[in-house]
Amino acid sequence: MHHKTFVAAAVGLGLVAMSALTGCGSTDAKGSTDSRTVTLVSHDSWAVSKNVLKDFEKRSGYKVRVLPNGDAGQAVNKAILTKDNPQGDVFFGVDNTLLSRALDNGLFQPYEAKGLGTVGTQYQLDKAKHRVTPIDFGDICVNYDKAYFEKHRLQPPQTFADLAKPAYKNLLVTENAATSSPGLGFLLGSAASYGDQGWPDYWKKLKANGVKVVDGWEQAYYQEFSGSSEGRKAGGDRPLVVSYASSPPAEVIYAKKRPSTAPTGVAGGTCFRQIEFAGLLSNAHNTKGGKALVDFLLSKEFQQDMPLKMFVYPVVKGAAVPAEFTEYGPVAKNPETLAPGKIAANRDQWVKSWTSLVLK
Amino acid sequence: MALPVAFFAVFFAWPVAAIVARGLKVDGVWQFGRMTDVVTQPDIRHVLWFTTWQALASTALTLLLALPAAYVFARLDFPGRQLLRAVVTVPFVLPTVVVGTAFLALVGRGGLLDELWGVRLDTTVWAILLAHVFFNYAVVVRTVGGLWAQLDPRQEQAARMLGASPLRAWRKVTLPALGPAVAAAALMVFLFTFTSFGVVQILGGPTFSTLEVEIYRQTSEVFDLSTAAVLTLVQFVAVGAILVVHAWTVRRRETALRLVDAASTARRPRGGGQWALLSGVLTTVVLLILLPLAVLVRRSLDAPGLGYYRALTDSDGGTFLVAPLHAVWTSLQYAAAATAIAVLVGALAAAALTRRDAGRLVRGFDALLMLPLGVSAVTVGFGFLIALDKPPLDLRQSWILVPLAQALVGAPFVVRTMLPVLRAVDGRLREAAAVLGASPWRVWREVDLPLVRRALLVAAGFAFAVSLGEFGATVFIARPDNPTLPVAVARLLSRPGDLNYGQAMALSTILMVVCAAALLVLERLRTDRTGEF
Repeated sequence: MHHKTFVAAAVGLGLVAMSALTGCGSTDAKGSTDSRTVTLVSHDSWAVSKNVLKDFEKRSGYKVRVLPNGDAGQAVNKAILTKDNPQGDVFFGVDNTLLSRALDNGLFQPYEAKGLGTVGTQYQLDKAKHRVTPIDFGDICVNYDKAYFEKHRLQPPQTFADLAKPAYKNLLVTENAATSSPGLGFLLGSAASYGDQGWPDYWKKLKANGVKVVDGWEQAYYQEFSGSSEGRKAGGDRPLVVSYASSPPAEVIYAKKRPSTAPTGVAGGTCFRQIEFAGLLSNAHNTKGGKALVDFLLSKEFQQDMPLKMFVYPVVKGAAVPAEFTEYGPVAKNPETLAPGKIAANRDQWVKSWTSLVLK
Repeated sequence: MALPVAFFAVFFAWPVAAIVARGLKVDGVWQFGRMTDVVTQPDIRHVLWFTTWQALASTALTLLLALPAAYVFARLDFPGRQLLRAVVTVPFVLPTVVVGTAFLALVGRGGLLDELWGVRLDTTVWAILLAHVFFNYAVVVRTVGGLWAQLDPRQEQAARMLGASPLRAWRKVTLPALGPAVAAAALMVFLFTFTSFGVVQILGGPTFSTLEVEIYRQTSEVFDLSTAAVLTLVQFVAVGAILVVHAWTVRRRETALRLVDAASTARRPRGGGQWALLSGVLTTVVLLILLPLAVLVRRSLDAPGLGYYRALTDSDGGTFLVAPLHAVWTSLQYAAAATAIAVLVGALAAAALTRRDAGRLVRGFDALLMLPLGVSAVTVGFGFLIALDKPPLDLRQSWILVPLAQALVGAPFVVRTMLPVLRAVDGRLREAAAVLGASPWRVWREVDLPLVRRALLVAAGFAFAVSLGEFGATVFIARPDNPTLPVAVARLLSRPGDLNYGQAMALSTILMVVCAAALLVLERLRTDRTGEF
């Protein structure tokens, strides 16, 4: 009798809990299939000004729900895993290093966004099929600590080749290419610059020249790099770090007290270009709203808001870039690039070789 | 029993099975050959070896440093005891990114050790081990100390009167009684360090890798789901084996204990030995735990006029749509829901496990309940996504998903904390009550509840703290645009600039204070006397 009462009580509680849970689930599911709501799936770096998003909602009549979904790699992988019953209508944030994975897995359906004509053709990597729309770009580049180089009366390095020179011995810190996207970008940049055969030799030279590898961008930038304000406090002693071309403007904008000039600079010949895309998900519930949302991402209003929110550059010609960007972080002149197909074919092998070459 | 079983089946076993199947099944055919392929790779074997030995070393070191503290907090009465006990639990809930940063200030370049003796431990295995002690100190202090405080000191005194030396009395009387709790604590520490992720990444540098790091990498970066699935199974088997051994040792040592009110066992320290022990423990706590925490607080105050804290209320500061401060409220709500679920599920499971007519199968469930702690967050997260996405259980967009995932991690704590106490309740008391005509519910209320009330509160406190700080699973799971505290901290830290870093430190400090406050409240709650003793 003991036993029975206990089981009955537990089953009762279980049923109550379950019905409560499924109750939650179904109301929410209804919310998302509602044609007035459009859901944007993105990565954690997604950001937009409140009023810009409100404007779009007012104009289009759609309510935007945003699902940030981890870092860029995770967000793409999750979208692929759930593509038959997607979490949203539009995905933003797949870049050229992951584009082939997304396209090969049939993540997106074709849609030619309004305003695509204003986008430079060099960003349109899916020109024939329009499964994705380029939204922004940014460069992964070596940043340098201006104070260090002034103090030591040394020219900051400018190119990949410079980094292997004895003058810059033990100065560079980079990220693990296997776990960090700037780390991977820097590896891809060197591979683009030195070719499929040449890059391992280049890295042997870098290793001999004392490159330090840490696991993530946060450690590299906040702990090891002497140019960031936090790195200085932490006693960072590496004046060269792999980061972004937009990091110097961020140092100015997010400073406690705005300095008159950026404390850091960018080595222009060490850049690898990242282009970020958005696309309409294959099994989107609200295709109409999704299309409107993609159009919005290409609108001038959104494009001009983006730089100070996500620290990337707009792809639309004529979209104004804030003064801080042009002043402290000019766009790289000749960034390295690699075709998404080529990255997809080689990435894992390269990362593997890089790991055994540099870390072991 | 039915509810805990259903809970773990639906929210743990099914999602994990789904993601493993996804990795190991190609076109409907199981690829078991992959298993031998993966585990015979030298890289993977190296990872396995490192994972195991660093976990063993971390557990030993944690026990060595924290067992004296468990005694001190349980048996010695000194000013600030409750506050300190809450504070040592704080590291446990802080996001590893933040702790890594603070910890480096202690053992890294220009850190305290460096300045005093020129010793730097970053990127060595010592940094990993010390950080593991830092994180898991509270596990031992709370699980072992919780029981220790309730052991009747008169038993040990009786042994002394009969001529036993203090050491012998302790070894013969107290140690056997504490055995299950020590084993439980050691097991938890082993599990956490065996599946360590953030600490190994940040403090060890990229050359050290645990199984968990490798699973994360294969799933999240390489997207090689079949390798990830094999590694998940390997971790599963390893953790399962440890749990079975543990369940067996604990059960062998089960004894009915005389439990007394915890408040009556603590005394002012007497004699040189006790004073030395107290000061030793306090020094360890200050150096190992308070110092890194103080570094965080100091960094959050770096801006003039609490600038970083004021920035937290700005809703359009760049990184979020909501003000970062909003994350505090979100976190509290999620943690409360998760604690309720964890306590319900965990308490029912613990009660079922201690029933005298519980069969072998039921008792085996004891070990299974711990498995969620040993399975990687990324596996569970991805599993949730592909398993709980269809009616009747389409939870992907529901807020409850986050508390559910957090409860999965919290429930084992509830079970672990309550089992030793419940098992220590003399079964004859229950029988006597039943014979006198009490209903099962009444037996539970009149006999068990007063005895386990404290354990229940300690367990709830732990579940709450764990939920508050949970990062791994939370960050993987779909949620509305309401970041929890740790998620907000991680997002702020992922951008350059003083203000972002400062806000991350300020939010971490708030997380620390909220957690310590929650634990203090619980400590207060339990002192409303049950009056039974």
